[in-house]
Amino acid sequence: MEEPTIGVFVCHCGINIGGIVNVPEVVEYAKTLPNVAWAEGNLYTCSEAGLSSIKDAIKKNGLNRVVVASCTPRTHEPLFRSTCEEAGLNKYLFEMANIREQCSWVHSHEPEEATTKAKDIVRMAVARSRWLEPQDEPEVDVADSAMVIGGGISGLMAAVSMASQGFKVHLVEKEPQLGGITRRLGKIYPTLQDSSDIIDPVIKAATASENIRIYTSATLKDISGYVGNFKVSLKKGTEDTRLEVGTIVLASGALNYEPPKGSFQYGVLDKVVTQLQLEEMLTQGKLAEPERVLMIQCVGSRTGEVWTYELSDMTQSFAARLLSKILGAKKEEGWPYCSKICCMNAIKNAIRIKEQWPKAHVDILFSDLRTYKEYEDFYRRARALEVKFIRYIREIPPEITEAPDKKVKVTVYDTLAGVETEFLCDLVALSTPLCPSKEDVMLARMLKVPLGPDGFFMEAHPKLRPVDCQSDGIFIAGTACGPKDIPESIISAKAAAARASILMANRKLKTEALTADVDTDLCMGCGLCEELCPYGAHKIEGGKSKTVAALCRGCGVCAADCPRRAITMRHYSDRQILAQVEAMMT
Amino acid sequence: MSEAESASSAGDMAKAERASFDPRILVFTCNWCSYAGADLAGTSRLQYPPNARIVRTMCSGRIDPVFVLEALKDGADGVLVTGCHPGDCHYVKGNFRAEKRFHFLKMALKQLGVEEDRVRLAWVSAGEGEKFSLLIRDITEKVRELGPNPFKSSNVKST
Repeated sequence: MEEPTIGVFVCHCGINIGGIVNVPEVVEYAKTLPNVAWAEGNLYTCSEAGLSSIKDAIKKNGLNRVVVASCTPRTHEPLFRSTCEEAGLNKYLFEMANIREQCSWVHSHEPEEATTKAKDIVRMAVARSRWLEPQDEPEVDVADSAMVIGGGISGLMAAVSMASQGFKVHLVEKEPQLGGITRRLGKIYPTLQDSSDIIDPVIKAATASENIRIYTSATLKDISGYVGNFKVSLKKGTEDTRLEVGTIVLASGALNYEPPKGSFQYGVLDKVVTQLQLEEMLTQGKLAEPERVLMIQCVGSRTGEVWTYELSDMTQSFAARLLSKILGAKKEEGWPYCSKICCMNAIKNAIRIKEQWPKAHVDILFSDLRTYKEYEDFYRRARALEVKFIRYIREIPPEITEAPDKKVKVTVYDTLAGVETEFLCDLVALSTPLCPSKEDVMLARMLKVPLGPDGFFMEAHPKLRPVDCQSDGIFIAGTACGPKDIPESIISAKAAAARASILMANRKLKTEALTADVDTDLCMGCGLCEELCPYGAHKIEGGKSKTVAALCRGCGVCAADCPRRAITMRHYSDRQILAQVEAMMT
Repeated sequence: MSEAESASSAGDMAKAERASFDPRILVFTCNWCSYAGADLAGTSRLQYPPNARIVRTMCSGRIDPVFVLEALKDGADGVLVTGCHPGDCHYVKGNFRAEKRFHFLKMALKQLGVEEDRVRLAWVSAGEGEKFSLLIRDITEKVRELGPNPFKSSNVKST
């Protein structure tokens, strides 16, 4: 191996790193490390200036290793790797030191400690880089067909978009009908168009397309394989189908949260319904002219309750525990986030009632009203129609009791008037959030993709890769990754379809060269690697293990277990890992 | 000074000594879940003690117990191995393999007399930034109480 000549580039990331970590000190420190021939600080290493500075330094100093100390490799490694390639350096000779997400941002009140830690992280990265080796990337074929999971507005839009580009699409829907939640809505805000105006043409386009095969009432049984070559087995009735697809668009949608029985008398009094049920009553003409309809916002959302972990002492966030302690509030059931669409939905239904029956009273009890963007006009329109908006305090929720004449009595502390007020209503609608479904957990396991803290599918990066899953070849559309309204769902569906189409149009994909390499001199053919490999990448032939590179995904289970230490993982060798471990302590 | 008082001040001194000891914790994370969890702790600006240093591998199944032993020998005061939750492994079952090996590692460490709390295995998903920060806080405090790693080559007294 040639003698390593290492260049270190330490990023200020504006004030994100530079405001806490003493970057010049880290740069000076890097210069003292063995084999480091060049070190510099950059305001933004990922900027055009930063990148050309890397390329210049590689050429000027004959660098054959590059270390960038900045943010997480999960977002910026591809950029720096391609910069190295532009300067003629194999991209596997690049190493990243994460001094932002794992240093400056988590030690923002301890600049000295953060600087020490940043030096350690750089030292560890430099130590690893010394042992890096150039690698060739294997190429895999990408099947030019896709599976879309979910036949709601997002799934349909994604399917139609990919089909129109000539790709074969398999659309899998668990319900007997296509259309998802959009079909259940009567009208769409803020235009008050019929939802069928939106959903029907898309269903028609999908069913008419030659490139789309639709499986309704279907259940996914298993998904295996990897980008370009996913193998899917699904069941429709008694019929089993096996598919081979190149990409997957996950558009499984969300559920409308149903409050537990007894919460706001839901399930106890039949005059208490969810906002979506009210909408269906309005659309189907099942609501007789009411004297008063009352809506309660944020039922089961923004509860302050966080996702629970298994460790008992970590069950709640510190802030949530403190808050419940101070207020002595009861643990509310529901979801911690704002569901984004409920305010507009309530206003929409209020307007529908007022326009149909001008004499009817409509009151909306809210804790915070969030009518963002152009929806502020929608709110004003409801005000002009004399819909009453009354603010309640979360800690003093409205109380609901049965009243004579098939009415419901709602008692609420009106914060504006400063008094407790009573309403006799014909109907109470609870605005409940969109929430993830239990099936998402199974789906996440099948696809090997993570769920976020709220239980929705998690994107690879909320800003830079908003429709990509962390696993290659899988993309998320619509409300599967959080509450969205129809335009936002369609935007994400088209984005996901476009991202998937890039892969399918190229037909070939270079995969990372993180595969196992067997030293046949050391191998004694015990077969443990063959037994352990989840992908069947190891085969014992002629008393020695043979690796099928195309099947190897690079986990390294075989290397860690090989009794003869005959297996080297490319780019994650024992030597590379131990160099980091050793460097941490020196 | 009464006996009780002097005993308590000695206790305070030991406590102060422990508090002044800054343990060095090595954390192994898998690329897909726990490294992303550590990143989420960062993007959420969750503060935790600056004692941990992270080494990323593709899967917790890559962690050879030898790596942990080497780290202890080199002077790490604590080692935390993290991976995806059971069933969530990006490589199907690498974390199960990690757990199995970890069990044997624990047995070996027990025979060597290494305190149990120095080495830990935990599952952290990409969405559990808070859990990651709490884990670092927890292991740092536990190891601080245990004091410096007696197995560090330079700490072992020659006989």
